[in-house]
Amino acid sequence: MSDTLVSEVRPLTPWQTVGPFFHYALPWEGGENLLREGVQGERIIIRGRVLDAMDQPVSDAMVEIWQASSSGRYDHPEDNRTEVPADPAFIGFGRCPTNEDGVFTFHTVRPGPVPGPGNTEQAPHIAIGLFGRGLLRRLVTRLYFPESEANAHDPILDLVGPERADTLIAKRDEENSGVPTYWFNIHIQGENETVFFDV
Amino acid sequence: MDVLQYSPQALSEPPSFAPGYVSTVARSPRKPLVRIPQTLTEVTGPADFGERLLRAPVHDMTREGKGEPLGERIIVAGRVLDDRGHPVPNTVVEVWQCNSAGRYVHKKDQHDAPLDPNFTGQGRVVTDEEGRYRFVTIKPGAYPWRNHYNAWRPAHIHFSLFGPCFATRLITQMYFPGDPLIDIDPIACAVPSEARNRMVSRFDIDTTENEWALGYVFDIVLRGRNATPMENPQ
Repeated sequence: MSDTLVSEVRPLTPWQTVGPFFHYALPWEGGENLLREGVQGERIIIRGRVLDAMDQPVSDAMVEIWQASSSGRYDHPEDNRTEVPADPAFIGFGRCPTNEDGVFTFHTVRPGPVPGPGNTEQAPHIAIGLFGRGLLRRLVTRLYFPESEANAHDPILDLVGPERADTLIAKRDEENSGVPTYWFNIHIQGENETVFFDV
Repeated sequence: MDVLQYSPQALSEPPSFAPGYVSTVARSPRKPLVRIPQTLTEVTGPADFGERLLRAPVHDMTREGKGEPLGERIIVAGRVLDDRGHPVPNTVVEVWQCNSAGRYVHKKDQHDAPLDPNFTGQGRVVTDEEGRYRFVTIKPGAYPWRNHYNAWRPAHIHFSLFGPCFATRLITQMYFPGDPLIDIDPIACAVPSEARNRMVSRFDIDTTENEWALGYVFDIVLRGRNATPMENPQ
C-alpha cells in the first residue's frame, strides 16, 4: 500500500537561485509594510543585515516574512480556530530586498503565540525566507523576541538546542518614534552562522 | 495541534554549496540544517490575498511598451501540480527574464547588449481551477556572466511560486529544449542531471498559435501531502 503511494509521487521541480536581477519583478511598493488601516496589536519594526562568510553585507538578497496576527491567528484556511479572533486588516506576509548595506526592514505587529506540535505552544515568532544571488535555494529561519518568556518552552527552539538558539533571538534596539524596534542579523556562514531549518 | 506534513524536500534539490557556482562559496551555510516538523506556521502562508499584495497582473509581456518588443514572440503555458498530481489552483506565478538580446532591465546588468524600450520582462499570472497558467513573452537570449572565463547562462525565464503555504514556496528557472549551454551551466548543473531535465520546457505544437507564436509547456510540481480530501462525501 505504502509502496503504491510512493510510486505515485511525482518528482518535484528543483530550486534555482533568484539571481541578482529580480528587483524590477518581485519587490512591490509597500511590500515591507504589513500594516493596514485598522490593524490590531502592537506595532513593531524588524530590521536586520544579511552577512556572508566574511561578514560582508549581502546587498542583493531578498527577505520574506510570514507571521500570525497579534492574536496568534494565521490568515489562511488551514488555521480554522474559531476561538482565536482573525484580523481582517492583517495578512502577515512581507517581502523586502536588502539595500546597499545589506539591510532589510519590515513594519509589522508583534505576533501572538500559536499552537505547536501536540499540546505545545510556540512562542511568538516570525518565519523568514532568504533568497539571493549565490543562494541556490531558499534558506529558512525564524525570528524570536528577546523578552518572551515563552521562548523557554518553545518546541522548535528546543530542537535547536541552547548552543545556537541565540542566533534566532532578535535584539531589542532603540525605539523609532516610539515604535519598538528589533535587530535580527542573518549570518549565512561563519562563526555566528544563523540556524537554518530543513522543514 | 498536529498538522499534516508536506513531503520532504527531494534529494534532487541543489545543495546550498555548489563551488562551480562561485557565489555560493561565501553564501552557503556550513553547519547542518536543523530538521524541524512543519507546524501551523509552515502549513499556512500567503493565499487568497487578491490584489492586496504583489504587483499588478501581466499576462502579455509584449504589450507593456508603446510598441512591439524585438525578438521571437512565444507562449509559455503549463500546469502547477503537487507531487500527488493534484492541481494547485489560484496561486500566483511571478516571472521575469532578460530581453531577446540577453539584457535585463536592471541597473546592475552591464552586459554590452541593447536594452529594448518596449520590453521590461516581468509578468504575473494566477493559476486557474485546474492549476493552469499561460503568458506571452519574447524568447530570452543567452548572456555572459563573470562566474568563470567564457561563462554564458543558457536562455531562461525565472519563476517564483507560492503554492498553498510557506513550505511550498518555490523559485526556479525554466530552460529551453536543445540548449547546449544547459549542461555546462554551473547553476543548472547544481541540480543532478535527471532532475535538471524537469527545469527544461518542451516545445508544444498545440500551445503554438497559427501564424503568431511558438508555444512551450512548462509544468511545475510543488510539495504535496498525503491527505486525500474527502470528495463527494455521502
